[in-house]
Amino acid sequence: MRSAAHLKQPANEFELSVRRCQHAALLGRIAKVGDRSAFEELFVFFGPRLKGMMMKGGADVHAAEDLTQEVMLTIWRKAALYAPAKGSVSTWVFTIARNLRIDRLRKQSPYAYEDIEALKLESAEIDGENAVMGNQTAEHVAQALKQLPATQRKIVELAFIHDMPQSRIAEKLELPLGTVKSRMRLAYGKLRLNLEELQ
Amino acid sequence: MTVLHHHLDGATLLRYASGDLDEAFSVVVATHLAMCSECRRAARAGEEVGGRFLEVGDKAELSAGSFDRLMQRIDDDGAGQFADSAEARHGADGSSDVPAPLRRFVGPSLKDIPWTRVAPGVRKHAINISSATSSSLYMLNIAPGRAAPEHGHGGAEIAVVLSGAYRDELGRFGPGDVADLDEHIEHQPKVEQGAACICIVATEAPTRFKGFFSRLLQPIVGI
Ligand SMILES: [Zn+2]
Repeated sequence: MRSAAHLKQPANEFELSVRRCQHAALLGRIAKVGDRSAFEELFVFFGPRLKGMMMKGGADVHAAEDLTQEVMLTIWRKAALYAPAKGSVSTWVFTIARNLRIDRLRKQSPYAYEDIEALKLESAEIDGENAVMGNQTAEHVAQALKQLPATQRKIVELAFIHDMPQSRIAEKLELPLGTVKSRMRLAYGKLRLNLEELQ
Repeated sequence: MTVLHHHLDGATLLRYASGDLDEAFSVVVATHLAMCSECRRAARAGEEVGGRFLEVGDKAELSAGSFDRLMQRIDDDGAGQFADSAEARHGADGSSDVPAPLRRFVGPSLKDIPWTRVAPGVRKHAINISSATSSSLYMLNIAPGRAAPEHGHGGAEIAVVLSGAYRDELGRFGPGDVADLDEHIEHQPKVEQGAACICIVATEAPTRFKGFFSRLLQPIVGI
């Protein structure tokens, strides 16, 4: 295993931004030559975070460990499908985790979650994205999240990390469903405002 | 590329990105995303929120030997590292008038949809999704000139126009446009003359028919 330094919480945004570039390079090495030490480095970073996310989403220790293994396995297998223009590695990993979580819930359904990756293959050329924008998006989103009022941030966090449906968020916070919806909409609006500065 | 005028609501985009939408709703949202690069970019930004939370989120310690077990599995699988070619299942198909996310449910051609007449001027094709959800997913084929009574949206409903168009107080909804409306907006939609309007619709609770599209079905269920 790598040194404990890799497990430390990032001190600042600059460090995080450097790390994002490192992650993209690690994925590249996995895709090109099946580099196991690169994979281990990603595992050390994402493994505990994925398990933490799965547990917050309501999975017990065993299920969380199991899902983490599945996500990491998918990262290994699909490393070649990652493109920096699609956003940060963390986002790519998040969508893999999200899809697996949903597909577990939908066991009975023969259809996998309709992922935006699949849609983009069809019309990637009209999206006008590039690698620089992919990285900048991550930074702008981080910025936007910091600026959100606590009430909005809480709702976004419950949805993304705790995997709570809108109705349960409303129950938990003792708010009408409409209020949860409108706060979510406001949060999205701020996110969008930050991203428009990119164009 | 046609210019679209009606897009997904911000709350819906975040729900899609976080994975909160059930199957029926995510299919309709994906249908719009397939036709709208603007919303695709927005959904991507929503997913970036998830990435950010993952980066700065709490960690849980993995069990001992976790990485070794994973590598063992990879070795047992024959080091299977690949870009699954099935990923390309939504390859471009310019000849189809059915958006990619719908094709696996209804096939490649709108003219081959097996419609059932459900009300005067309204034909329906129910799509069977087997996952546990109270939402329903269906297509509607509404005759030219057909109107709905004025109403507000009571339950969650989302619809994407696939062919033809209708108009209401909010403007014209043509192919690709999505009606992702707040419950409280009052409106009175009417299908344009000349051609039928074909839509894909997701409705939250099949017993509470309040939206425009589900309201068209009221005569047959007797509500
Ligand atoms: Zn749109």
